[in-house]
Amino acid sequence: MTESLLYEISSPGRRGCRLPEPDVPRAKLPAGFLRDDLPLPEVSEMDLVRHYVHLSQLNHAVDTGFYPLGSCTMKYNPRVNEAICRLPGFTQLHPLQPPDTVQGALVLLYELQEFLGEISGFPGISLQPAAGAHGEMTGVLIMRKALYDRGETQRNVILVPDSAHGTNPATTTMSGLKVVEIASDAAGNVDLDALRVHLSDQVVGLMLTNPNTLGLFDEHVLEVTRLVHEAGGLVYGDGANLNALLGICKPADLGFDVMHFNLHKTFSTPHGGGGPGAGPVGVTAELAPFLPGPIVVEQEDEENAFLTWHVPEKSIGPVKSFYGNFGVLVRAYTYIRMLGAEGLRRVAENAVLNANYLLSRIRGVYPLPYDRTCMHEFVVEGRIEGAPDVRALDISKRLMDYGFHPPTNYFPLIVHEALMIEPTETESKETLDAFAEALLKIAKEAREDPELLHNAPHTTPLGRLDEVRASHPKTMRLCYTPGC
Amino acid sequence: MPYIPNTDADRAAMLAAIGVERIEDLFHDVPEEVRFPRLKLPDPLSELEIQQELLMLSEASIDLNHTACFLGAGAYRHFIPSVVDQLISRGEFYTAYTPYQPEISQGTLQAIFEYQSMICALTGMEAANASHYDGATAVAEAVITAFNVGRRKRKKAILSPTLHPQYRAVARTYTQGMGLTLIGDDDLSNGVDALAALCDGDTACVIVQNPDFLGQLYSPTEMQTLADAVHGCGALLVVATDPISLGLFAPPGDYGADIVVGEGQPLGNPISFGGPYLGFFACRKRYVRSVAGRIVGETVDTQGRRGFVLALSTREQHIRRQKASSNICTNQALCALAAGVYLAAMGKRGLRQVAELCYHKAHYAAAEIAKLPGYEIMGDRPFFKEFVVRCPQPVDKMLRYLLDDWAILGGYELGRDYPELDDGLLVCVTEMNSREKIDELVEALAEVAKGGEGND
Repeated sequence: MTESLLYEISSPGRRGCRLPEPDVPRAKLPAGFLRDDLPLPEVSEMDLVRHYVHLSQLNHAVDTGFYPLGSCTMKYNPRVNEAICRLPGFTQLHPLQPPDTVQGALVLLYELQEFLGEISGFPGISLQPAAGAHGEMTGVLIMRKALYDRGETQRNVILVPDSAHGTNPATTTMSGLKVVEIASDAAGNVDLDALRVHLSDQVVGLMLTNPNTLGLFDEHVLEVTRLVHEAGGLVYGDGANLNALLGICKPADLGFDVMHFNLHKTFSTPHGGGGPGAGPVGVTAELAPFLPGPIVVEQEDEENAFLTWHVPEKSIGPVKSFYGNFGVLVRAYTYIRMLGAEGLRRVAENAVLNANYLLSRIRGVYPLPYDRTCMHEFVVEGRIEGAPDVRALDISKRLMDYGFHPPTNYFPLIVHEALMIEPTETESKETLDAFAEALLKIAKEAREDPELLHNAPHTTPLGRLDEVRASHPKTMRLCYTPGC
Repeated sequence: MPYIPNTDADRAAMLAAIGVERIEDLFHDVPEEVRFPRLKLPDPLSELEIQQELLMLSEASIDLNHTACFLGAGAYRHFIPSVVDQLISRGEFYTAYTPYQPEISQGTLQAIFEYQSMICALTGMEAANASHYDGATAVAEAVITAFNVGRRKRKKAILSPTLHPQYRAVARTYTQGMGLTLIGDDDLSNGVDALAALCDGDTACVIVQNPDFLGQLYSPTEMQTLADAVHGCGALLVVATDPISLGLFAPPGDYGADIVVGEGQPLGNPISFGGPYLGFFACRKRYVRSVAGRIVGETVDTQGRRGFVLALSTREQHIRRQKASSNICTNQALCALAAGVYLAAMGKRGLRQVAELCYHKAHYAAAEIAKLPGYEIMGDRPFFKEFVVRCPQPVDKMLRYLLDDWAILGGYELGRDYPELDDGLLVCVTEMNSREKIDELVEALAEVAKGGEGND
């Protein structure tokens, strides 16, 4: 099933929207400044609606089925969040209005700063970063600037475990620092000996995801953060997996100095087909002066207290325009207010329960390189005994025929043929059972009829796509317009 | 518990299958001394309660439905047809994530491909990515792209002083560790000739905004002269622009731009207190391998049917790690979808009409204000939807009076960014401002000049 492109259904003279005639005299247009042609499509409103509705029907989404994409926390997105973020008192505010005219919005942002601070244990919060990777860059620039501010300008290395997300090393390079990779030990923790070898007065710090990308809580995390601090470095906490820790422990108590939150994961603002997310950053009191701003602070005059903007004195500078992805922040605020402390802890508990239960259903069939109690996700090998030609990719594609989104493939890199599975707390036992049954059945199919897997998927709108063709200079086509 | 379907019976069965007694037992790896803190958060609310409470909170601000808004400066109020929010509110779009599995993500992939196509058409470029966080970060990534195109040997980027102040600030934040120098924006008198003169063999790029932060337009001829000078040094010309202006004015692709970026919010995204917005990024095809972020390309499936996939992913962090062109992962996909629906709804003629409405109304407002004693419209360049008014009274006091006594957001106080323009008010007029409201603004400004402010 394919859908025509807008340009292919375009017909000269059609309109998708009518506008009024000007109610002022027409001014003279400046000759020599104007464009000749504007090659946009011309479609009717109904054609436009059908086009995008058809396109939407080609997507798998949380709303259409189970989406256990590891490290992405694809949980249910409550409808109330969508209703509230669309209130005109939130969508119809200009970011440069005087603070006294936007006190409602500032109260919400101020309280969200407080909530995130309480959940994480960090006293300093900036809501400005727009996504997880953006928060990472913010955090690493803060670490760098704080150490340089102390005069330790020789520090230029960030330690990154070999299980880390690709954004960690990419962030390090963007921040002008060098990456040194730290091995994991046999139990999936940071290898303490490897860490000791690489710690020195050249090190800005360590970026650590905990629980890590294997879904495991580092058993020596207190020792890890202590060692880094002893060497004069700082520890960055990648908050990608915070869903497992809500009300279970505060990351600041583990010795982290900086951390980002992924509000689109943990606090269930939707993923939007790739964004927008929000990646607020939390820091210790010592690092708070370096936060990007403005942030919301309370101020008092003779008569009353009110909220206003403040840029921290040694700020690394703004990381985007204005104050962050406000519409996303409204959704996360709503979610936290509806769950409260008790609800957040239940989120983490059930996320971890669901993951361990699913793991118990497929253990013994799919190899498990690190066999421990997992947190909110786990990683198995997409390798089936008696089916040597079947790969993780084949298993993933075959899962689509059963109506499931595949797990994350081939990540983390330290697991052979990795399948990274994160069920989240919003899925029922029935769904987990159905998914486990599908995985067990696929293992059987792999031994009996491997071609069925190699040719999968069979029931999707399209079969496997030629990715090489899309990137090859001779066949690459990146837009419809002739010449592209 | 909201959104958690497990019942007590489910939990008991699952714990038994796992082989532990209590859920708490699953957390034995968490150090005991920090385990299970009591979080101090407000009590949970039902949906009924939160709807009531947040409606009240939202009404504690003065929104643009209750004021006349002539404030722009990088965030704009434009008309959004109803189809935009209706279509992006489909759960199949907004509850999916990055289309890593193309067989079950053709909806998102094709929508991005079509967005890229329309951005290319608008800017006159040959390739576009799937979005950045906003206009400011798109500018910062353009600097880094140019730096990478110059193999990290050219260490200088030249910024126009009338590039949006926030874009300049964010570009500095992004590049603070890279050993790049950003110059040229310290003197407001640096026009395109002066920027061209600063360009040399160590320059990675020159970045100019057109229409610029003050609303002024630069002609294709003078831009082409700048482009020739920049290219003569082996550097790239980056143009930041307002996408609505491109409904009417020559696209940067016509006058030698190598990269075109900008704030895409005016395309179908609400002003929403500063976000979420989207940064659009388009370029010549030859630079596409140095570009950051997701790019969708056309291909075929095993049966030869047309389909779309994420292309050129070897540039990206999940493959290249520390050698990636950027660390970007999550972008602003849903905002790009909104921009795509908006562009398709407006189409060839509609977008031109929006741009013309802005142009005519802004020029009407400027002409009326120019008639008032004490006021002057700065400069003699053509402008699009924003213009600078030199005012007879301190701008901050005037703005306060307009807001308090007339419920008008009168514009942006330029002295905040440009000390030499401390009597400058940046006024923005779009298709959303009626003649009646423009006349009210003019009347209010006339009052202020007479000393009407501060007397009560």
